[in-house]
Amino acid sequence: MAKNIVIEPITRIEGHGKITIVVDDDGSVSDARFHVTQFRGFEKFCEGRPFYEMPSLTQRICGICPIIHSIASATACDSILGVRIPDTALKLRRLLNCGQLIQSHALSFFHLSAPDLVLGLDSDPAKRNILGLLEAHPDLAMDGINLRKIGQEIIQAVAGKRIHPTWVVPGGVSSPLTEETRKFILALLPQALEITRKTLTWFKASLENHREEIRTFANFPTLFMALVNKEGNLEHIDGTLRLIDYKGNVVVENVDPAHYQLYIGEAPEPWSYLKSPFYKPLGYPEGIYRVGPAARLNVCGGCGTPLADQEWAEFRELDRGPVLSSFHNHYARLIEILYAIETIESLLNEPYILNARVRVFAQPNYNEGVGVVEAPRGTLFHHYRVDDKGLIRWANFIVATGNNNLAMSRGVLQVAKRFINGDTISEGALNRVEAVVRAFDPCLSCSTHALGRLPLRIELVARDGTVLHEIA
Amino acid sequence: MKEPTSLTGKKLGNDANPARIFTMTIDNRLLTAREDETVLSVARQNGIYIPTLCHMEGLSLRGACRLCIVDVKGAPRVLPSCVTLARQDMEVVTNSDRVIEYRRKILELIFSERNHVCSVCVSNGHCDLQALATELGMTHVRYDYLYPKQLVDASHPRFSVDHNRCVLCMRCVRVCDEIEGAHTWDIMGRGITSRVITDLNQPWGSSETCTGCGKCVQVCPTGALSEKGKSVAEMTKRRQFLPYLQMMRGEGRK
Repeated sequence: MAKNIVIEPITRIEGHGKITIVVDDDGSVSDARFHVTQFRGFEKFCEGRPFYEMPSLTQRICGICPIIHSIASATACDSILGVRIPDTALKLRRLLNCGQLIQSHALSFFHLSAPDLVLGLDSDPAKRNILGLLEAHPDLAMDGINLRKIGQEIIQAVAGKRIHPTWVVPGGVSSPLTEETRKFILALLPQALEITRKTLTWFKASLENHREEIRTFANFPTLFMALVNKEGNLEHIDGTLRLIDYKGNVVVENVDPAHYQLYIGEAPEPWSYLKSPFYKPLGYPEGIYRVGPAARLNVCGGCGTPLADQEWAEFRELDRGPVLSSFHNHYARLIEILYAIETIESLLNEPYILNARVRVFAQPNYNEGVGVVEAPRGTLFHHYRVDDKGLIRWANFIVATGNNNLAMSRGVLQVAKRFINGDTISEGALNRVEAVVRAFDPCLSCSTHALGRLPLRIELVARDGTVLHEIA
Repeated sequence: MKEPTSLTGKKLGNDANPARIFTMTIDNRLLTAREDETVLSVARQNGIYIPTLCHMEGLSLRGACRLCIVDVKGAPRVLPSCVTLARQDMEVVTNSDRVIEYRRKILELIFSERNHVCSVCVSNGHCDLQALATELGMTHVRYDYLYPKQLVDASHPRFSVDHNRCVLCMRCVRVCDEIEGAHTWDIMGRGITSRVITDLNQPWGSSETCTGCGKCVQVCPTGALSEKGKSVAEMTKRRQFLPYLQMMRGEGRK
């Protein structure tokens, strides 16, 4: 009789998720699914609200990556206003987003995934967390905490608040950068750079130890999607969409974000509150694609900053075409932190960065607006329709994690097939199933359990629902 | 135009009709008060703090929110200090346990009645209601929220009204009537279904009496009335003009 293995909740991810693994009579894994078990209803309750509330309303979706939600939302609002925001405002939004890239990637890498990477996937689960890491490798753990702090301090310095600032507004940003802030941030960068380079060196040397995980962590051909700028380089807040296939051939590029619906469809599934987006021309579920740090580095033609470009070139050597294993998201995150640090420095040295003109005012002039950005976890879509008075009539969000939904389920299946056999699951196998999800760094809601570890429950459930075996 | 007068309704302070002076105590302090002064006014003149929400210097007295309640010796119930006149030998306590508890309850009921979500509000950080919650130490609401379905009227070209955030203090109604003289705003419905309306409950943008002066927006204690184009937490209200305006309008009538 086929049995279900349920992993709930998944630990060290942002939000609440669950995994079901279906085991056949012969003990082999036949199917696996990744469920998002919370319903939040943002698209619905935004209806009727004034559009200018949206950057603040929607950034409440997440406490880790609120900045990018506010930027995506403000971008959509910009197009409802029908304005081109001042160059300085765009640069300041980019500066803020770089601060967020640093803190969010640092959280994912050091707080959530480093315990697996350093202590080992088979290590004692009671110690396999940031506190255990602090005991075993205090240097690395402190580096992570410091790096994340620098990211948060940059956000606070620029936008006035670490979490959920209201600084990004439709039409630009609410206040210009001051010289003190500029100096303050510049002074933070050397330490950030040192930590990042040190960690990159260490991580690259340790890749050998994870050969089996690299081979099985969502390592399969899919499309990849990301924003790129005019030069085809890495871009997070103002670019066009490009999709490539698993060989690296461009499937479609220069897609105006406003036309995303021509290419991206969304399929709801009964087992999850997370919709499954797919590439429309290939249909569902063949149109599976991946987004996120590794996808961005796969899709772009370079980072555009010297140190990150070197690392990018090395990264792309990992595979003949695009880097297929999602394990390498960890690697890509470090390279993006490097990119963010370099970008912040060059932005702060731009001549007009202190310019006082950072906002345009307008009435709503269009009834529809789309904002597409690259969140730390991948491409993020905000799409609004408003009435003539500027009240939201319809809203659609495709969040980064949603884009990866199909790939995550398939990645879980791949890992489960490799590491699970029979009715009982070893602790290490269980953790690998979680770790593949963690590699995508899914942001399932707005909270995280960065410290400690939730009690983990795994059940072997027969088809009729009886629990055959339980590990607590 | 209705003139905001004292509660007694008579002109005071001239030689033919001199104001009587009372002695009273507030929080055990011996104070003097004119007969046309309210307990709230006397307290404020003497630096004694009583929280208020609907009360606004420069507008007529209303007694709508009941947050200014005080204990008066001999009175069977707590009294709203903003509409209670001073009396000879009155003994007022502004911060008894009972009063503090009632104020908290009143405030929580106000919060539970509509949808007050500070984090996405234009007035976040500049809101009288929010400030009161902080001042009175309201950490949570012990009543079930009603979550009424309230709409936003954004039909006016410059302003919008979000009924979710309205506390029915009637400051907008009073300022529009007493200072601007337009009386665009009013209240319709009863009890919990009451809400502010413009003209005969038509969209603000199509109101014929509204002069677009924006005084209602400036006096609104919350983000219910706001200027369009203001983003979250950007709506600061300017109210210092009110006493001057009231004085000048009074001068003009002479």
